[in-house]
Amino acid sequence: MTALAGTGPLTRLALRRDRIMLPVWVYLIVIMAASTVSSTKGLYPDTASRMRLASSTNGTPALVALYGRVYDPTSLGAVSMLKLNVFGAVAAAALSIVLVVRHTRADEESGRLELVGATAVGRRAPLTSALSVMLTTNVLIAVLCALALTTAGLPAAGSAAAGLAWGGVGLACGAITAVVAQLTSHARTATGYSFAVLGAFFLVRAFGDTSGEDGPRWLSWLSPIGWGQQFRPYAGNRWWVLLVMVVFAAVMTVVAYALVSRRDLGAGILPDREGPATASARLTGAIALWWRLQRGSLLGWAVAFAILGAALGGIASNVGSMADSKQAHDLIIKLGGEKGITDAFLATEMVFASIFAAAFGVQAVGLLRAEETGQRTEPVLATAVSRWRWAAGPVLIALLGSVGLLLLAGMVAGAVYAGQSGDSAQFGRLVGASLVQIPAAWVVIGIMVLGYGLVPRFTAAGWAVLVAFLLIGEMGPLLKLPHWVMDVSPFAHTPKLPGTAWSATPLVWTTALAAVLIGAGLWAFRRRDITS
Amino acid sequence: MNEVISVSGLVKTFGRTRALDGLDLTVRPGEVHGFLGPNGAGKSTTIRVLLGLLRADSGEARLLGGDPWHDATALHRRLAYVPGDVTLWPNLSGGEVIDLLGRLRGGLDTARRDELVKRFELDPKKKGRAYSKGNRQKVALVAALASDAELLILDEPTSGLDPLMEEVFQECVREERGSGRTVLLSSHILSEVEALCDRVTIIRKGRTVETGTLAELRHLTRTSIRAELAGPPDGLADLPGVHDPEVQDHTFKCEVETAQLDGVLRRLTEIGVRGLTSQPPTLEELFLRHYQDDLRANGSGSGSGGAGAGKASDAKAGSR
Repeated sequence: MTALAGTGPLTRLALRRDRIMLPVWVYLIVIMAASTVSSTKGLYPDTASRMRLASSTNGTPALVALYGRVYDPTSLGAVSMLKLNVFGAVAAAALSIVLVVRHTRADEESGRLELVGATAVGRRAPLTSALSVMLTTNVLIAVLCALALTTAGLPAAGSAAAGLAWGGVGLACGAITAVVAQLTSHARTATGYSFAVLGAFFLVRAFGDTSGEDGPRWLSWLSPIGWGQQFRPYAGNRWWVLLVMVVFAAVMTVVAYALVSRRDLGAGILPDREGPATASARLTGAIALWWRLQRGSLLGWAVAFAILGAALGGIASNVGSMADSKQAHDLIIKLGGEKGITDAFLATEMVFASIFAAAFGVQAVGLLRAEETGQRTEPVLATAVSRWRWAAGPVLIALLGSVGLLLLAGMVAGAVYAGQSGDSAQFGRLVGASLVQIPAAWVVIGIMVLGYGLVPRFTAAGWAVLVAFLLIGEMGPLLKLPHWVMDVSPFAHTPKLPGTAWSATPLVWTTALAAVLIGAGLWAFRRRDITS
Repeated sequence: MNEVISVSGLVKTFGRTRALDGLDLTVRPGEVHGFLGPNGAGKSTTIRVLLGLLRADSGEARLLGGDPWHDATALHRRLAYVPGDVTLWPNLSGGEVIDLLGRLRGGLDTARRDELVKRFELDPKKKGRAYSKGNRQKVALVAALASDAELLILDEPTSGLDPLMEEVFQECVREERGSGRTVLLSSHILSEVEALCDRVTIIRKGRTVETGTLAELRHLTRTSIRAELAGPPDGLADLPGVHDPEVQDHTFKCEVETAQLDGVLRRLTEIGVRGLTSQPPTLEELFLRHYQDDLRANGSGSGSGGAGAGKASDAKAGSR
């Protein structure tokens, strides 16, 4: 078939381009799976403790909405899967979306595909190679996760089901992305729409799972993430669900191919929207431009933080009954404060909010680099905009945006928790707890700015630093890392609020450190060459 | 000193490549100055140094009487720049980009802007990602031409424009010169430079090899002559200053060094002239003469590609 000519070389090219990203991503998913199982084993060693966790989880709508239900309270596997089910499914789906867009629409938009398409490459070859890379990746995830879970001590059959569930969700979402990538002519829009679809799947499943016996539980069956959970690894292993996933992926693939043969190279099915012929009066300066470029992303983050806050506030009132094995109790106290388990839980989760806020900051500052390599920085710096002013935009958006996001999560969590517990003082406590997280997030932003100023090629290392801090914080106490290693992370110096006595000294120091990092980064940026 | 741009002995290295190797460039007020050189000769690097985007390793560079690195922001109010490879913000419309760049520079003439949009037949409502290369170029051109800057720095501004738009561009540049603006036009479209420029600087591998008015440059080179003669063209080929002679019956073709024209013409009239055409050297010939070494070294006609010192970075090759 000439339409498929060249698929082999294209696939090899794709794999070569992904040779770092792919293994790292798959490795993280596998490691996360294995380490969650071993920590669950320690936390819920016997059937009784697992049953208590399962019943309190299934009785807490916020948790069911986030994670789904525990279908076999007695099984260690099913309890371990509580958080993992969604995590693995979303991780596999996100990777599949990124892969498919990257090797179809992104290449097409940049014109690389045109270059390739003029050689002996068939019309269907690019899509076929993108789909093969995506399929291979999901098979890899399924096999490696099944092996890792079995090695961690879980039954082999359930582990295979768990791995297949994740790979299946990834496959289904990757296939939908193949369709979406035909609709819009721009990679960014394709990625955005695909993630929006993934978000919708998550919400639909959450509605289905939280509805009562006579409610619309069937909604969960409209979502690939729901299928992943209805696979019920370690709790019945419903193998036939895999068939649903594969058939769905096959149908989507057929649709994608039909669209490919119907449209021109570079064109989308949906029309391009027009913009205004002149700029509005507000689009006047460098900062206004940055705001225009980032406001959409900030809005998305704000929605996520509001959901996070609502989930935290909703879970908080039930935490006490969840962690009643001695080990769980000990661990939460070790990780968190001394007063109540609820406070310890909230303090732990607030650190996550802080890490997410830092992730927003890293993304916002990272746009500086994207603009520079995209050659859009040069024309702006050739106008009367100073370098200082140009770099100030994303830095300000990162700093103020992270504050706004944390405040939002704190306020929503506080309002929900105060409402459920009837204790209005909780609102102020949680808002305060979210605000003390700010300096640590700012330090990460500072590291990012410094990296951009000094060695712009390594700007992306900001993400690596953030992940390292996350792992140090998460794994450090379990792995019994030495203190000085744990102290490297700025998140280790955040007061454990709510619930403990705290002093402002570490906050002042971390804020000062952030200021120094940002100042040094901007100074370096003013002195260096603009790369093009 | 009242030169708009004066650069002398400029050196800029990127790692091991020496992109600029003692470059000189002088642009006088009110002139359209052609800046010529093949890909990788250092044109864009020079312009980036002049814009304060790169810091030179050594050498002098003055722009509008100021230091391009230290006084960047103040100087940029007085100039407008069109890059050779225009990328736009994907979600901003062309019209928004024109207004934004104008405002960032300190204001633009909206009437002029509207007129230019019409002349270049640009649809300002399209989003940046939807424009073709030529249309992106037009967006940057309109933004620069609609400004009231005293200096226009144009880096291969017509790459991707069709011949009609190229014509509009040339008209616009002539108007700018008429209103007293100075233009630095980097290009390798020689017909464009020939049509527009008062003076020309030719660079090669980061160095200036020739500079002057087109007339001055022509004087240094050869005129091609084709003569139909009354008798056999004896003794012509051996005259001083005659190059590449070709004889076909009574027809004689050659290139003559401009300074030696008298002797050749005298000999021609001695034999008897039946027909005579003479052509001044084109810029293309001027240009090619300076790069003949490169062409020979590469053994092909497209020798300019890999010969130079390399662009500021290879990111330009398309890693978007």
